[in-house]
Parts: sequence; C-alpha cells; structure tokens
Amino acid sequence: MAIDTGATTSTHDHITLTLDMERLVQERVDELVQERLKSLVTESVATAMKKDPAKNKVAIIASKGTLDMAYPPLILASAAAAMGEDVEIFFTFYGLNIVKKGGAKHLKVAPIANPAMPVPMPNIVGMLPGMTPMATWMMKSQYFAKHNVASLEDLLQECVDLGVKLIACQMTMDVFGMKADDLIDGVEVGGAATFINFANEAHTTLFI
Amino acid sequence: MATTYQVDKLVDAKGQSCPMPVVMLAKAFKDLTPGQILAISATDPGSKPDVRAWADKTGNTLLEMVEEQGVFTFYLQKA
Repeated sequence: MAIDTGATTSTHDHITLTLDMERLVQERVDELVQERLKSLVTESVATAMKKDPAKNKVAIIASKGTLDMAYPPLILASAAAAMGEDVEIFFTFYGLNIVKKGGAKHLKVAPIANPAMPVPMPNIVGMLPGMTPMATWMMKSQYFAKHNVASLEDLLQECVDLGVKLIACQMTMDVFGMKADDLIDGVEVGGAATFINFANEAHTTLFI
Repeated sequence: MATTYQVDKLVDAKGQSCPMPVVMLAKAFKDLTPGQILAISATDPGSKPDVRAWADKTGNTLLEMVEEQGVFTFYLQKA
C-alpha cells in the first residue's frame, strides 16, 4: 500500500488507503468487543450463579418407614440446615410414620429379606415372631448406642430447631386415616404440587 | 503445631456421630460476632471433611485443625 507522499499520489490511492484503514480499525474493534463481551458474560454468569438461590435449597422425599430408612433424610436435612440451607422434607407413604406422634421412636429394622444385616439372619429365622423387635433392639443397642448415634426423635428435633420445613403428604395421610393431630408439632400438610414447587428451585433433590 | 488462639467459645462434640458435630457447630456459631473464634472438639473421624465442608459452604474460616490422640479440634473464625 502506497503512503501519501504528496503530488504523485492519486485520489484513487487515497480512497484505497482510507478503506484499508477502516477495515483494519473494524477488525480490531470486532476483536476487542468480542474479548470484552466474553469476559462480561463470564462475569455476569458467575455473579448470577453465586446468587442462585437454588444452590442453597435441598428438597427431600422421605417415603420409607423403617428405622434404617428414616435416618438418611433426617441426617441429610439437619446437616444441610446446619450449613445454612433451606431444607424441606416431604413425608409420604410409610415415611409418614417418622412424623407421626410417637412414631419415630417405634420404627423398626426388618430382618426379613434383608441380606445386609450386620449379623446375617436367614429369612426362615427372620420370619419368626419377635424377630423384628429383636433385630431392632440389636441395631439400637449394639450398633447405634455404641457409636452414640443420635436417636430419630433427637434428629427430628434438631431439624425443627434448625428450621427444616416438614411437610406431610395429604393424600397418603387420608389413605392411612391420619389426621393433622396425629402428627408431631411443626409439621405442615401439603400435596405433590407443594413439593414440586419447592423442588423446582432446589439443585439438590433426593428421593429416599 | 497449634497456634494459640483467643477462643471465644468452646464446643465439646466428643463422642458424637454424624451429623451432630456439624449441627452443634452451626448452633453455637449463631451467637458469635464476626471475627470471633470458636473451637470444637470431636472424635468422629468424619468430622474432618465435614467441618471443612461446613466452613466452605458457610463462608466461615477454618483456621486450623489439631489432631491429638483421636480428638480433632477445629478452630473456626466467624466471617
């Protein structure tokens, strides 16, 4: 490209030079804008992620009514609440027994069809009368007590103290003939939509 | 080696199993003001990763963890 050196330069050259410079400037501007945009988008996405309320929400469904299956929802809920998260547990089907007045205390371990018992029990023995209370007693006194595992009642209380929202499933309460009065204090009654509404905004959703 | 900290609150979670050390820690931490230091001792080996995770999630600072004869003592500062 010829540079303007005076009288010898034609008008045509001037135009080419101007167009060329415009193109260069345009290219450079595009490059810079792209770079800047990229970092702006990255920054705002990071800020949005940090503020994302779903990061601090945990939705749990407790659907089982045995001693061993009642622990995980309560342990995870109390731990999450201790970490400052909004936690909701939806108790449905047999899980309702966890929040029934006096229910948590009486949950049992099933020795039958349970090959994972610490002391393996053949099904034919497990089916005998008295074996379920015995397996439960063994689990509580020989295993949990030795390791000072909190009782389900204590964990429930911790959940309440830490602000975990406990919701009992209306439909299954009706099926089992349970009334709101049959539930421990602080339990609300709700339906599937109540849970979904909360779970939709929670990154952590567990079905237990 | 343990640094000496001006501890504002002591929590004894020795003998407690998961999730109680973290639950006790969270409850005790509520009463602290920013900058104050809490020391919690626990024997549950799971409290090692758990207290770290708790501090990470809540934004408080785990200053140090001292292990002595099966007892873990965590020094945490309120953010």
